Amino acid sequence: MRLVTIRINNTEYTVPEHYTILEAAREAKVNIPTLCHMDLGDLKAVNHVASCRVCMVEVEGRRNLAPSCATKVTDGMTIHTNTPRAVKARRTSVELLLSDHPADCLICEKNRSCDLQKLAADLGVRGNLKYKGAMSTYREDISSKSIHRNLDKCILCRRCETMCNEVQTVGILSAVDRGFETVVSPAFGMPMSETMCTFCGQCVAVCPTAALTEISSLRQVWEAINDPDKFVVVQTAPAVRVALGEEFDMEPGTIVTGKMASALRMMGFDRVFDTDFGADLTIIEEASEFIHRLQHGGRLPILTSCCPAWVKFFEHQFQDLLDIPSTCKSPHEMFGAIAKTYYAEKFNIDPKKMVVVSVMPCLAKKYESARPELTGEGFSNVDYVLTTRELGMMIRESGFNFADLEEGEFDNPLGESTGASVIFGATGGVIEAALRTAYEWLTGETLEQVEFHALRGLEGIREATVKIGDLDVKIGVAHGLGNARKLLEAIRRGEVNYHAIEIMACPGGCVGGGGQPYHHGDAEIIKKRTAAIYREDAGKPKRKSHENLQVMKLYKEFLGEFYGEKAHELLHTHYTAREKI
Amino acid sequence: MGIKSLDELKSLRDKLKTDINIRASGEIDSNIRVVVGMATCGIAAGARPVFTAMVDEARMLELGNVTFVQSGCMGACHSEPTVEVRFPGLEPILYGNVTAEAGREIVRRHVRNGELVQNLIIGRPFETV
Amino acid sequence: MSTYRMHLLVCGGTGCQASDSRQLADNLQAQVLMAGMGKEVQVVTTGCFGFCEKGPIVKVLPDNIFYVEVKPADAEEIVSEHVLKGRPVNRLLYVEPGMKERIAEHREMPFYKKQLRIALRNCGFIDPEDINEYISVDGYQALGKVLTEMTPDALLVLMKKSGLRGRGGGGFPTGLKWEAAARNKSDKKYIICNADEGDPGAFMDRSILEGDPHSVLEAMAIAGYATGADCGYIYIRAEYPLAIHRLVIAIGQARQAGLLGENILGTGFSFDIEIKYGAGAFVCGEETALIHSIEGERGEPTNKPPFPAESGLWEKPTCVNNVETFANVPPIILNGPEWFSSIGSEKSKGTKVFALAGKVNNVGLVEVPMGIKLREIIFDIGGGIKDGKKFKSVQTGGPSGGCIPAEHLDTPIDYENLTRIGSMMGSGGMIVLDEDDCMVNVAKFYLEFTCDESCGKCTPCRVGNKRLHEILTRITEGKGTMKDLDNLKELGGIIKDTALCGLGQTSPNPVLSTMKYFWDEYVAHVVDKRCPAGVCTALLSYYVLPDNCIGCTACRRVCPVSCISGEVKKVHEIDQTKCIKCGACQKACKFGAIVRK
Repeated sequence: MRLVTIRINNTEYTVPEHYTILEAAREAKVNIPTLCHMDLGDLKAVNHVASCRVCMVEVEGRRNLAPSCATKVTDGMTIHTNTPRAVKARRTSVELLLSDHPADCLICEKNRSCDLQKLAADLGVRGNLKYKGAMSTYREDISSKSIHRNLDKCILCRRCETMCNEVQTVGILSAVDRGFETVVSPAFGMPMSETMCTFCGQCVAVCPTAALTEISSLRQVWEAINDPDKFVVVQTAPAVRVALGEEFDMEPGTIVTGKMASALRMMGFDRVFDTDFGADLTIIEEASEFIHRLQHGGRLPILTSCCPAWVKFFEHQFQDLLDIPSTCKSPHEMFGAIAKTYYAEKFNIDPKKMVVVSVMPCLAKKYESARPELTGEGFSNVDYVLTTRELGMMIRESGFNFADLEEGEFDNPLGESTGASVIFGATGGVIEAALRTAYEWLTGETLEQVEFHALRGLEGIREATVKIGDLDVKIGVAHGLGNARKLLEAIRRGEVNYHAIEIMACPGGCVGGGGQPYHHGDAEIIKKRTAAIYREDAGKPKRKSHENLQVMKLYKEFLGEFYGEKAHELLHTHYTAREKI
Repeated sequence: MGIKSLDELKSLRDKLKTDINIRASGEIDSNIRVVVGMATCGIAAGARPVFTAMVDEARMLELGNVTFVQSGCMGACHSEPTVEVRFPGLEPILYGNVTAEAGREIVRRHVRNGELVQNLIIGRPFETV
Repeated sequence: MSTYRMHLLVCGGTGCQASDSRQLADNLQAQVLMAGMGKEVQVVTTGCFGFCEKGPIVKVLPDNIFYVEVKPADAEEIVSEHVLKGRPVNRLLYVEPGMKERIAEHREMPFYKKQLRIALRNCGFIDPEDINEYISVDGYQALGKVLTEMTPDALLVLMKKSGLRGRGGGGFPTGLKWEAAARNKSDKKYIICNADEGDPGAFMDRSILEGDPHSVLEAMAIAGYATGADCGYIYIRAEYPLAIHRLVIAIGQARQAGLLGENILGTGFSFDIEIKYGAGAFVCGEETALIHSIEGERGEPTNKPPFPAESGLWEKPTCVNNVETFANVPPIILNGPEWFSSIGSEKSKGTKVFALAGKVNNVGLVEVPMGIKLREIIFDIGGGIKDGKKFKSVQTGGPSGGCIPAEHLDTPIDYENLTRIGSMMGSGGMIVLDEDDCMVNVAKFYLEFTCDESCGKCTPCRVGNKRLHEILTRITEGKGTMKDLDNLKELGGIIKDTALCGLGQTSPNPVLSTMKYFWDEYVAHVVDKRCPAGVCTALLSYYVLPDNCIGCTACRRVCPVSCISGEVKKVHEIDQTKCIKCGACQKACKFGAIVRK
């Protein structure tokens, strides 16, 4: 690596030559404000359009100001980050953005978590705007169950495009039209519900303003809670408990399982359950399905199906491979199905009066819960899906001081879980959990070393070979739909082969989901959540799904055989080939 | 049929040049070249009917010693369509604002009789490398 | 067959007619008839010869003798001396100021050397659809020469030495651009011809492609040899169907002749060209946007560096040159870099093609040596301002350029000078404005264009230009304030400083240059609520001059909103609150009794 010497604000620094001015400045602890720029590090998501013109700096010898995010350092470069000229240009860019942006901060969905709002405050934009004029007005898109598009608030940073096109390779969003009328939109202005959008929500996760937010179910959930006629059951996904604390300014990676359970109970949910129970159940079914395919010459590899964005992705993009994903419903849908049958029966609750609310790190789960095959038979498996962010809002609305809440417990019987289910929240976790069970079932031996480190980490595509008895089981893991596409295409071409593959749509897995507290471009936050997930697993007395006694009881009392007829009816689903548009 | 070498290209050029020179010097059956400016601008100004009218007029008059060429733009936007008449060995004459009827007149009078057509000639104020 | 042995061409242009050229022609005709030579000598009245200041002009063919300032009385001498005895009339020959020698031959006159055609050399002369015509004028000889006699390095040295700079606007030295692409090692490189001509009113690239497509193909192959590329793209807007048609024919013929394709002229060098169509977005003339467009992406610029020479089309080293630049290449190679660099100014070599338009008599496409003065182009070549109006400004460089006032008319035109006076070379648009043009309105017009054509990517261009346009609109509607003028200036400066691409960085030029040179007009709009040129409708008023009005009622009858009152034979009056300023009354008034203020 070649080094170059540069001067920033009259101090000399030596930095690698591939650095941008911004990278060099950050390393030198010189703050240059940015807006459109985004670099998610190991998650390999970089937005380098240099479109906002906020990070402008003066470079000696250059006629114009340089965007620090997109200008590489050169040897001997002399940079000034805070001259009146640079600061004025920066502020003007922000003022211009504000001149075409609704000034409804107080009642905006992103109030207090908006990058533009923060930047304007930091740059001292106050009082009357210098430049005023026409404002963009677009029809809001609330056609889908997941993503709310309000393009009046779009600042054309194009981060969503980078996520949608480059990282996820879904290709729904791109800039259309030009000049002042430029807008980020699906082709032909189609509503999101009619596109190939997977609703992974990565666009929402990176949007600096409220142009892209979730379709909220918060009001409906409050109404259900306050309806005496309804029996409202809540379940929370594994990735929520390691991120919710961020909504209350806690250090990322703080595990708040207990406080969350307390808060949910205090808010008035009739039962507070855990999606982890559903995850353990998923493993029983999925491991059974895997072993079944392995022993009966079924089609391999088996692909995990916990991630609804991934499911929609392959329904659109890999119609020829629809028979390889597992038919297992996702954990919270399995949970919903069990809650409204087994649990309702057992405790004599009318399933029609039962409302199942899922708290998820995810926006696609909102879409998933409305899929027709999961809503039939007079009731939905899951009625409402809230994001981690929405739960944070509900807790704030309730006026609880979250940090001071007591450590509560989940209710039983649908509250028991093992470490295997917790790791569903991180990329590689589902397949690791499945291996822990499949290994013991196939060999009849106890698995001592339950951690499969080769399957962990943030490499986009990972693979490992695990010896199970005489069999070398080849495992693949991909996170991010772009990586999933690469892997699937390689399989389609016959270049690689696996026994089982885990795919999660979001970079990092569910911890990096579109419904999580905003990371504002800091990928370290996602890493800390991941670390917390594995900590939670390590601290659990039971770490294999088949050791979950309540799950075993469920089969004994209600479902019968693993992967049996009743299990198929309640816990498995089917897929639909969808148009590629 | 491709040109295989620079030498071949050169001899082709020389042959083509000689043909033109022979024509230009009037050595063989004096060939008159009529060039009509037919870039988009010329065509938009009506060069196409002018071209066909001139070709038609020459055919009717059974003039065998004239070649009509569709060429590009001579830059005289103020006087499109333009027609240049080149007699071997003589200064080319450039006509501007040529209509189909004027084109026929140019063929009848200038091309056939060597008589210049009144009021249509324009200057050609440039040099070419 | 030709019956006439001699022709007397008498200029019948407006200028010459004013100095009695009609009488001159009649006299010449009479003299010819008197001499009994009516069947041998023809007197012809012509259109303007473009040398009006020395008119009336008589040109004698086939001798090609050129007489200036000829009076009707001179007819006798011309006929008796020149026509009858073959002796040119010396005293009527042209004398170049500062020189003693009389110049007889038309083609020797410096005036007619003001235009030198290098890029346009074959336009209008050869048949563009016949490769043999191109070959007959030394076509493909330059390619043959470089392939057989020169190494790529020697070719790069030659190109740098010639001093040729990009004709698309930026003026980057072509040799350096080629060298950069040549130095970057890669398994694949590309040559792109930028034919996305987008400046309003500029059409030199189209003219070259329609008139001499092979010169561009030849130059692209030469660039391929210099840089190590074997593949070329011509990015051309789909609105140029004829240029496309002729390119397709030319490429087909060149391939068939073995001048494109594998193993050209048996040298082992291969190069082929493909046409890519653009949808006509102005911004796609910016090279990075153009490259994205070819790749099938949205035509949007990206930050430079990296320059295309490092990472261009499909992330391979790519050399993008515009049509006119390419058209200069074959003559440079055949005539040598010294020849080329002997033409032009110190830092800008060769010629430049301009599309001369606006309020000038001879609108057209002119190719002039660099260093020529604006005045020479407008008044000599262009024949001056239409209808005898007063020159006000010349706008160069298209929407990215600026408006140059009379005080800079004697600036020699080159890249640096135009930039220095607040405009730019651009692709060569040149629009002449006269006293009837409102400079605020002109600036608004160009901003409107930029707003329409902005790709919308970066904030300063997308929102900033919109705001500039809104302020200008306010000013032209009489709603502007002095604060608006400050804001225009400040915002314009910041847009120049921060926009992402060349389009944005130059878009405030029309505003900033008009503010610099025509500040008073801005102030008149803002403070006096008056448009001095009488263009901005909102600031106009029509009044009846009581002294001139005879009460004929003509104005009252044509007014579409019936806002004129007055009885027959009494002075009429216009109701200012109802008037829509259509000007119909002024046109209808035969007594000059209605004025616009």
